[in-house]
Amino acid sequence: MKYLDEFSNPELARKLLDQIHAATTQPWAMMEVCGGQTHSIIRHGIDQLLPEGVEMIHGPGCPVCVTPLEIIDKALAIAERPEVIFCSFGDMLRVPGSQKDLFTIKSQGGDVRVVYSPLDALKLARENPDREVVFFGIGFETTAPANAMTVYQAKRLNVPNFSLLVSHVLVPPAIAAIMESPTCRVQAFLAAGHVCSVMGTAEYPPLTEKYQVPIVVTGFEPLDILEGIRRTVVQLEAGRHELENAYPRAVRAEGNPAAMEMLRDVFEVTDRSWRGIGMIPGSGWKLSERYADFDAEQRFQVTDIHTDESPICRSGEVLQGLIKPHECAAFGKECTPRNPLGATMVSSEGACAAYYTYRRLELVEAR
Amino acid sequence: MTPNDLDFEGWVCPAPLRDTPAIVMGHGGGGAMSGELIEQLFLPAFGSAARADLGDSALVTVDGARLAFSTDSFVVKPMFFPGGSIGDLAVNGTVNDLAMVGATPLFLSTAFILAEGTELAEIGRVATAIGKAAEAAGVQLVTGDTKVVDSGSGDGVYVNTAGIGVVPAGVDINPTRATVGDAVLVSGDIGVHGIAVMSCREGLEFGTTVVSDTAPLHGLVADMLATGADVHVLRDPTRGGVAATLNEIARASRVGIELVEADLPVPETVRDACGLLGLDPLQVANEGKLLAIVPADRAEEVLDAMRRHPLGQGARRIGSCVADHPRMVVARTGLGGTRVVDLPIGEQLPRIC
Repeated sequence: MKYLDEFSNPELARKLLDQIHAATTQPWAMMEVCGGQTHSIIRHGIDQLLPEGVEMIHGPGCPVCVTPLEIIDKALAIAERPEVIFCSFGDMLRVPGSQKDLFTIKSQGGDVRVVYSPLDALKLARENPDREVVFFGIGFETTAPANAMTVYQAKRLNVPNFSLLVSHVLVPPAIAAIMESPTCRVQAFLAAGHVCSVMGTAEYPPLTEKYQVPIVVTGFEPLDILEGIRRTVVQLEAGRHELENAYPRAVRAEGNPAAMEMLRDVFEVTDRSWRGIGMIPGSGWKLSERYADFDAEQRFQVTDIHTDESPICRSGEVLQGLIKPHECAAFGKECTPRNPLGATMVSSEGACAAYYTYRRLELVEAR
Repeated sequence: MTPNDLDFEGWVCPAPLRDTPAIVMGHGGGGAMSGELIEQLFLPAFGSAARADLGDSALVTVDGARLAFSTDSFVVKPMFFPGGSIGDLAVNGTVNDLAMVGATPLFLSTAFILAEGTELAEIGRVATAIGKAAEAAGVQLVTGDTKVVDSGSGDGVYVNTAGIGVVPAGVDINPTRATVGDAVLVSGDIGVHGIAVMSCREGLEFGTTVVSDTAPLHGLVADMLATGADVHVLRDPTRGGVAATLNEIARASRVGIELVEADLPVPETVRDACGLLGLDPLQVANEGKLLAIVPADRAEEVLDAMRRHPLGQGARRIGSCVADHPRMVVARTGLGGTRVVDLPIGEQLPRIC
């Protein structure tokens, strides 16, 4: 993909880095919202190249990380049933519930399958009319349209043996929740580019106004991220707090109207718990009344499963940048990438998991 | 010692096997979980009968002859994929394990575990592929076995091969010999086999022109050894990819390994597929590539010899063994930052976004 290579050109990256260094006169703490951005920052070592004092706080935008334990436990209870083919994106398989993970269910004879698209799960449902096919529909506004389309198709094509276990979450309420926190250190946000390519940017100016923070819609390739950081620093240094779109090749202000219409039809806003953070009002989607028949929670009667998060996990504080991962007592002991307690250790995109890897290098170098 | 005597409580953090009381797919992924299974269950259970240095092949001396001995089982799904089949892998996999200690592979055994109901025509296609691959590699199929399991207990065709080869005098290739200053070489494009197989796996089908690189590598190894260079380490980076293999070498040799990301030969098709699936090309399997660790002053000479061989035309240097960060693999990124290249934990999983 030539179009992508241009966005990781080292010479252009150097120029952007020089501009960031030139613009920075004091320390700033900014949060990249999306896990994909965190991944790219760490994958390319971008955080190591920024001016000292410009701190990237890794946000709660990794869908795997923030999916609450309770939903995972519900998924496991459904996947265990002999009549069920449980379909999921790959990286959900190793996310532990309170007792086990989907891999364990699979090893015990459960029919757990990795699919790349929810429409593949619908195809499986049509091919296996005597089985119940459930898709684990998690993620932000980015993955929601495909899930909405799948449920819409299931209804239109009358596929009664398909259902969706929904745990969708929304970015703007999370930004508000972070800013409302009395101990918040975040001074600016790199907004998640692909969320905005679906939803547009209209939800953000009220946030920049209310909380007086710059929000820069940012992409995922190295140059995209550096450009997002550059614009953020320029705003912070100038004392401005505006919405900017640094990812115009994918994001239009009005978003994707067809996708938004589908989302409005299939989903409705609900309160959601975020793993490691807690309940954020109005921060998720559930299936609307029109599609309630396709709700796996109702169909398999798992609504009564309630699970508490680990009491010793401090990932909520990590997500807000209040503590560094290694300052948590459980870090590297009870909590490791293999046996994670909270959101930020779960996925390779999470701050604790990333720090676990990097800290090891720093410790070796310090010896 | 029986399995009941094992001290489950003695297994230590940070990655205790006791977390999973039963086998999960990750135990077969060639990463950290596979290693734990061997080190914490098999070796203690085998007790004093175990004599394994955990390389790809065992080296044994019989009446003065140095023999390499190796075995490998093949359960790949689907059995036929772009560029090869389970039959090609069954021969080339074991041939390559032998080649990675510098051996000339001579004899293979083949054992089949067949699921009830499997079409004879399918088994015929696998067997034909085995025959052709053995002929191409110059090895003889000297013994074998066939078992059938209930439908449902197995899945199509599983193949095990074991092989014997002879190691020329003076050759000492093993994973503990990497030394600070050595050059890290790769024989060509990485990630190709894994992406080819993944492209036709159920639920992940995507269009790609990538075909598996499965090939026997002992000819290439022979040409490298013919330069007279003291090749310290050879490994074929199969499951777990280059990342897993280099981590194993770094740990076995107690050196750090530094990769230069810009020098990694990742074909565009592999990079795009990895981008799409959220995979790291360094963790994707190869079946016809080798990693070599050689003294830096002989690196160019060895590379020249590799490039003259059809299977080494894309050979290049991708990094060095360093004194910093012993037992760890670190990559210098295209932008000038660094990142740790970790041992994959279990299976490679496509990311959600």
